[in-house]
Amino acid sequence: MKYQYFPGCSLKGTGRAYEESFLAVFRALGVEVKELEDWNCCGATAYMSVDETKSYALAGRNLAIAGRENSDVIAPCSACYLVLNKTMKGIQEHPELRGKVTRALKAAGLDYSDKVKVRHPLDVLVNDIGLEKIKKHVKNPLTGMKLAAYYGCQVVRPFATFDDQHNPLTMDKLIEASGAECVTWPLKTHCCGGSLTGTVTEAGLRMVYIILSEAKKRGAQAIVTPCPLCQFNLDGYQDQVASAYERVDIPVLYFTQVIGLAMGLSPRELGIKRGIASAKELMAGR
Amino acid sequence: MSDNNPVQKNLPRIGFYICHCGTNIAGTIDVAEVRKYAAGLPGVAVSRDYKYMCSDPGQEMIAKDIKEQKLERLVVAACSPNLHEETFRKAALKGGLNPFYFQMVNIREHVAWVHTDKKAATEKAKDLSRAAIARVAYHQSLEKKRVPVDPNVLVVGGGIAGIHAALTLANAGKKVTLVEREATIGGHMALFDKTFPTLDCAACILTPKMSAVKAHPNITLWTYSEVEKVEGYVGNYKVQVKRKPRYVKEDLCVGCMECIDACVFKEPKFHDKFNQGLGKRKPVYIDFPQATPKVVLVDPETCIQLKTGKCKKSCAAVCDRNAFDFEQKPEIKEIQVGAIVLATGFKAYDAKRDYVYGYGRYPGVYTALEVERLVNASGPTSGEIVLRDGKRPKAVGIVHCVGSRDAKSNKWCSRVCCMYSLKLAHLIKEHSGADVYNFYIDMRAPGKAYEEFYDKLLGEGVQFIRGRVAEVTDWAMTPGEEGRLVMRVEDTLAGFVRRIPVDMVVLSTGLEPQADAQEVRRRFNIGCGTEGFFQERHPKLAPVNTFTDGIYIAGACQAPRDIPDTVAQAGAAAAEALALIDAGFVELEPNTSRVIEDECCGCKSCISLCPYSAITFDEVKKKAVINEVLCKGCGVCAAACPSGSIRQNLFEDDEIFSEIKGILANDRKI
Repeated sequence: MKYQYFPGCSLKGTGRAYEESFLAVFRALGVEVKELEDWNCCGATAYMSVDETKSYALAGRNLAIAGRENSDVIAPCSACYLVLNKTMKGIQEHPELRGKVTRALKAAGLDYSDKVKVRHPLDVLVNDIGLEKIKKHVKNPLTGMKLAAYYGCQVVRPFATFDDQHNPLTMDKLIEASGAECVTWPLKTHCCGGSLTGTVTEAGLRMVYIILSEAKKRGAQAIVTPCPLCQFNLDGYQDQVASAYERVDIPVLYFTQVIGLAMGLSPRELGIKRGIASAKELMAGR
Repeated sequence: MSDNNPVQKNLPRIGFYICHCGTNIAGTIDVAEVRKYAAGLPGVAVSRDYKYMCSDPGQEMIAKDIKEQKLERLVVAACSPNLHEETFRKAALKGGLNPFYFQMVNIREHVAWVHTDKKAATEKAKDLSRAAIARVAYHQSLEKKRVPVDPNVLVVGGGIAGIHAALTLANAGKKVTLVEREATIGGHMALFDKTFPTLDCAACILTPKMSAVKAHPNITLWTYSEVEKVEGYVGNYKVQVKRKPRYVKEDLCVGCMECIDACVFKEPKFHDKFNQGLGKRKPVYIDFPQATPKVVLVDPETCIQLKTGKCKKSCAAVCDRNAFDFEQKPEIKEIQVGAIVLATGFKAYDAKRDYVYGYGRYPGVYTALEVERLVNASGPTSGEIVLRDGKRPKAVGIVHCVGSRDAKSNKWCSRVCCMYSLKLAHLIKEHSGADVYNFYIDMRAPGKAYEEFYDKLLGEGVQFIRGRVAEVTDWAMTPGEEGRLVMRVEDTLAGFVRRIPVDMVVLSTGLEPQADAQEVRRRFNIGCGTEGFFQERHPKLAPVNTFTDGIYIAGACQAPRDIPDTVAQAGAAAAEALALIDAGFVELEPNTSRVIEDECCGCKSCISLCPYSAITFDEVKKKAVINEVLCKGCGVCAAACPSGSIRQNLFEDDEIFSEIKGILANDRKI
């Protein structure tokens, strides 16, 4: 099994723990992951609304590079995953746009190709590698750990490619395969506030507070997410939430960190300490 | 092409008539130019245009010309033959011409209404007219066949539509067989406590009709039965009905229900479908006290005797009429009928499909049909509004348009939900005193006394919030929300997002086609619309007819509708069936196929191709034989016959080839 890997900006910056744990888990599972050569910014959701055609060409460049090899691309960041898929869909459905993007890329010596598939690691772990194989690698089951699976919006909306739009379950299954327990809660795909934490802080903080407090109320010892922006918002604003509302201390982990812990990888390798909210209590005795 | 080739120099005298249809045709086609053009074509003796050819003076003109100008063939260029072919055939007959010496050209739907370029449209009208003129010369004199109509009727579905249609037909003296899939007739209406907008008791108005069905000497009632097979044609259908085993002899059981008390299961513990799963029943049961026929039945899935053969059968022991028969097998009955009324009803939308409303996740969320049973005096709680956890709700939210007007599920408005939501709001308030909130998109109350009912509800203090509910959830933000269900909604009149805590949520689920509507459609050879409801022949002018003659539809199997409309439609379907039966015969179109016996080589390739099973094989002569009555004139056999020995009236080779030649003979340079 071989994949190409599109990190995007987050996994090289604020989401370094995601990259570290993602690569460590895939390595431990014996799955080859190769970083895409000379990749560029996916454009995120913002660029699409500024200059749509250019944003397609920008994201399309990554797809053109990936098209040189015959393997799927894994994009762990929710925004990258959405933007790359949206780009492919847009180009497939609009011949005029295809013409513009193809010409622009040709000028840079690149051939745009439709054959690339952009996948999310949740999809790859559950549907390609399989829960059975993952369970076989679990050495330290996280028995007794209660976790809140929080998906955010972009992995399931607007495209629900590998999971249910309102009640996604892939991450729940992985958490359960790790031996931990998923709390039942209704905020799995609620908005984390996205960039509002930076632009309209009060509105963003309220959304963060709702998610943190509800997870805690349901007995979760940590929130688990597949999205670097969700992780950033939920993890990085806990002090501000404390001043605006009340103190809610809860570590926010990437799902790859959770699987990695269960597989017996070291917390250091998985970047557990990179979180702002301390995971010390969670890790006590493990 | 030789056997009926008119001598070219001696063509029949053809009359060509083109209609303006007001501006419908004349607005896009230069009618005078087509008229002039046609006048110059071979054989055309008369060419005229007229404002409304279908009007009496238009028809008179044609009849008069036929007589005076000695016309031998007739071509009318006007609208679709679906609308006026029969009109002009009659005009031909009036003039003394065989009605099949006539060809119609559709220059309205096929030309005027679909084109904007007047010049090109005029040219197309000329082409089509030329083709018809070329073809009509080869037309032959034909006669319509008459076949008698069987006076008996089959009604499928025993809801209020089927009940009303059956009673109407039976009262008119026709013998009716009413077939119902469930163990009792009554359908969805039997589940309801009250009906809108009058709030009269549903059972009080329905059960007398149910009893009337059972008692009527002209009605044979087969419940727990399904139609398996339908053969034949209008006026002469042969139908097979499967009667499922009840394991109780229907003619012996008097419905005393002592067997239910005697069942080895002391307490009812199985899913009670009639009560939407809110109540429990035993393996031997009856749906409700007024079930018709009042006969118990045994569920083979849960009965110990039927599952293992090892029960002491205390039910059978207590029955002094020896009605139990655990060996009962399905029975196939065959009946002959002239007409069929389909009244197979609807299926309620599955509320689980909308995850955000929490049905199946939160016990406090109910479907409207469940609440119908909750507020019903004969329901599982005897009409008390008690939640699944035993508590009484202080606040209740009713969500309109669940599975209706939603691009994600069903796009259509289900028509009844606004009104039944108002009814349930009234009943919940009356039975429990709870605060009731209605969440609606638009309030739709278009019926007699419906808007007034809405007004009445406004006066009763029921809350109305305009907005589609985003979600029903259990995450609390205030102490008042703890332990309750929170309805999140954008109140589009107040202009902000609200959170309304309630204890009970009612989902007003929409109406959908029955799960097996497609199978049933195929069995009866009728059509379904894109949304899956049975297709009427014409949405305005033939709402209870189908494209298969002699098969009529009534009630919610055709589209969502309420009880008054359903009953009206059932009456209409019965009247259409009566019109067919009382005519005594049907005339069949003569466009049937026939075998030229001398040329048939007996290869049988036509037999398996015929979709109507109209072709048999004469083993003595070794020739194919076509039953003209069964033949629908589809032309498959004529096209497939390797020796060319099957011919079809109105589609003879000469007719088709000359029509093709006619249409391709244009000398324009484009």
